[in-house]
Amino acid sequence: MTSSIAKELAKGQRAISVAEFFEKNRHLLGFANKAQSLLTSVKEAVDNSLDACEEANVLPDINVELKEVKKNRFKLIIEDNGPGIVKKQIAPIFGKFLYGSKFESIGGKQSRGQQGIGISSVVLYAQLTTGKPTIVISKTSPKDEAHKFKIHIDTKTNEPEIVNAETSEWMKDHGTKIEFEIEAKYQESKQSVPEYIKETAVINPHAKITYVGPDNKKLEFPRVSEKLPKKAKKIRPHPHGVELGILKRMLKATTARSLKSFLTKEFDKVGSGTANEIVKKSELDPKILPRLLTGEQMEQLLNAVQDTKIMNPSMDCLSPIGAEILKNSVEAEYDIDFVHAITRPTTVYRGMPFQIECAIGYGGSLNPEGRVGLMRFANKVPLLYQQGACAISKAVSDVNWKSYGLQQSSGSLPNGPAVILVHMASVWVPYTSEGKEAIASYPAIIKEIKLAVQECGRFLQRYVSKKKKAAFEAAKKEKFKGYAQELAIALSKLTGKPMEEIHKKITEIADTKFSKFEEELDEMEEKSKVKPKEELEEEEESEEVEQNGNNYQ
Amino acid sequence: MATTTNENRESIIKSLKGTGNTILDELNKGDNPSVSIPLRTLSNVYFDDSDQLIKLGNKKQKRAFFNAGQSKKFMQTMLMAAQIKELLEQNQPALSTRQLYYILKHSIPGLKENTFDDQSTESDPVIEDIEVMIDYLREQLNLVAVPKGVMSGPITIKDMKTDDVIDYTKMGTAGGAVPPSVEKDVLQIKDCSADYVLVVEKFAVWNLLNQQKYWKKNNCILLTGKGQPARAERRLLARFGKELKIPIYCFCDMDVYGYYIYSVYKQGSINLAFFSEKAGTPQAKYLGFAIDDVKRFDIPRSSWIKLDKHDIKRLSEVSKYDWFKKKEWQDELKKIKEFGYKIESDALVAKKIEFTAKEYLPHKIENKLFLD
Repeated sequence: MTSSIAKELAKGQRAISVAEFFEKNRHLLGFANKAQSLLTSVKEAVDNSLDACEEANVLPDINVELKEVKKNRFKLIIEDNGPGIVKKQIAPIFGKFLYGSKFESIGGKQSRGQQGIGISSVVLYAQLTTGKPTIVISKTSPKDEAHKFKIHIDTKTNEPEIVNAETSEWMKDHGTKIEFEIEAKYQESKQSVPEYIKETAVINPHAKITYVGPDNKKLEFPRVSEKLPKKAKKIRPHPHGVELGILKRMLKATTARSLKSFLTKEFDKVGSGTANEIVKKSELDPKILPRLLTGEQMEQLLNAVQDTKIMNPSMDCLSPIGAEILKNSVEAEYDIDFVHAITRPTTVYRGMPFQIECAIGYGGSLNPEGRVGLMRFANKVPLLYQQGACAISKAVSDVNWKSYGLQQSSGSLPNGPAVILVHMASVWVPYTSEGKEAIASYPAIIKEIKLAVQECGRFLQRYVSKKKKAAFEAAKKEKFKGYAQELAIALSKLTGKPMEEIHKKITEIADTKFSKFEEELDEMEEKSKVKPKEELEEEEESEEVEQNGNNYQ
Repeated sequence: MATTTNENRESIIKSLKGTGNTILDELNKGDNPSVSIPLRTLSNVYFDDSDQLIKLGNKKQKRAFFNAGQSKKFMQTMLMAAQIKELLEQNQPALSTRQLYYILKHSIPGLKENTFDDQSTESDPVIEDIEVMIDYLREQLNLVAVPKGVMSGPITIKDMKTDDVIDYTKMGTAGGAVPPSVEKDVLQIKDCSADYVLVVEKFAVWNLLNQQKYWKKNNCILLTGKGQPARAERRLLARFGKELKIPIYCFCDMDVYGYYIYSVYKQGSINLAFFSEKAGTPQAKYLGFAIDDVKRFDIPRSSWIKLDKHDIKRLSEVSKYDWFKKKEWQDELKKIKEFGYKIESDALVAKKIEFTAKEYLPHKIENKLFLD
């Protein structure tokens, strides 16, 4: 969808203005209403900050502040300790749609944003709703001055319009601070800014995030891990992940002079043998200039690609959080008694490498009744909207949680004092819409999520049943204590011996004999134990999409 | 005011104390304290041919404290034993089992649980356990079962607790109550001129006979336990059997339940098999209504009731009991099954109101037409 929109825009066809485009498509971009617009604005700015810090090997230190200017109007201030932006880049990064390194050909690497329209859409949103320019202060090193820009977007030309530019004093060594004034609606419950910040902190344990809300209340999320995540490597697209639209764009852009060199140069895992095989299968003239291929010929080429066996894509292009760090992070952010986290091995959907991580926290001060908390993440970004449409929710609802110690009415999310966190890391996350709110339900993705939550579930089940057993035994022990007291009274009445003496004797034997008593309890419990369900059976791998995902045409 | 004799009282107290001391010994040895209780089920009763009574076998069940399933019951048994001992020591008036249940019922400190929660499934069975455990009857433990029987006839008793003399010829249409305790220390048979005892299953039948002064005209004791008799009626009849040396006849419905009620009076019951020696009346005879009477007295068809599947099932169960193995009873059971109908003793009024009193009973007794 966006790829096509992006392409249209990139080609400079100005059938409609940027403003008009934004107005027409704002719901797709995450600006459907005032509440969601606020969240999207925070999200785009925080994503940028985190990405910039990681890029520069800086442990992120981010402050988010939200001030109410008047009813339904807020000032949003985001400040980071990132590398800063050089002076001449500031205006285009914020004031021009589709600017920046993120908008590249398909393939690429795991990153938070994917389209390069994020932050400029917030600038435009601010401009359209309040008329106020976005203020950006950025500093790249202690010895340089900070630059302060006030930016608008020229909606006719898609060019930044600098309202004001000046140097400014800023006590920071380096970093960027952005101020938006936007129309917004603040809410504190679900899908709220604090919730988003909290989840962001959970999934980015290496970041320190501070949030000050409109009520001046400060939330601090300290750094859990001092280790920066491994940098994701950039890879070329895998041929099996390519669809006609992308192929078309790649053919137009390539400098290769033959089909064979196009294939080996632009794609991952295509050597000269594979390239020869594809060209042969396509029955196309090997000497044809790639950018001159007709639509029909492109289809021929694509069919040949799909027909050819090609090695799986490179797997080292992802940057998962890691089970240990994820576990620590969940422990740090939630008051819980148990947590288990896992990182699944990398696997592939439609030629795209991806990796699923899962953590389950249980007990503590979590609400023992009602639905569990489900946290969905894609490339370290929390997904707060469209839970029902997301592959993560579907996969989690599909698991039989009764085998894993939680209550569940079949087909829905489980109930109980638990939080379930699922993270999908991928070179390309297949969102169901441009708002990036839900992951499309590819069978390979669903399967991996299920395997991940089931593995955590097995540990949860062990914990829950141990806990139940301990509670059962404690209750029995209490019962026995009560009975022993009554028995001592009765025996004292029967024999005339002092009650205390008899009670002491019973307790004494209880301590030495208690193992026997417990053994019998164990037997009783054994009968009621439910065996956990066997592992999910291996499903046929199918590359069909269950739900309309991104199709890049 | 206790109903039990001093001698009994002392030995019961001693026995209960002994049980407590045995448990203390076990505790001192570091053993799992336990008691052995004779089983009160069909599998542990037998029919003693020599004295014609149902008796308890030797199977015992161990009840231990350090056992998850038995711990509470063990505690309940000891609570009950201690309470019974205390009541006897204090020489308290006899109490009902329900009153005892209320005395012992309390919440256990520290638990959301009571010592006893139900009389019929928790405290009553524990009382019966203690009866068989120390081999004394409830009546001797100073507990009373609620009686329901009434009687009339030429017998005078003396209530030893109140010194009242009760003449059962002067009880009017209601008849006189069977006292809760009929043990010797409460009830003494002062005088009896009756020629026989007639036990009537049903109160309605007894009531009509009483109004017709049957006992006066026939010089007998007329007694009913109103259906399945309670312990007091059975115990009283047993005393009549032992002390009066006069014939005892039972008059019940002609169906398997009537037959069985007769057998409870005569030979005892399964659940209270330990009680049979005290409460069985082996010399009792079954006067009727019997299968041969249908023809003999030409009972109209309108009085017959078809046997249902429960009757038939119960008939075959009863025919397997050892105390129904006598040929005359096997024949009776077989014949009623073939006949396919039962007849209630109430139905005989259909022939004539005074049929039972004037024709049926005198004829049967005179001609010794009964089953043993």
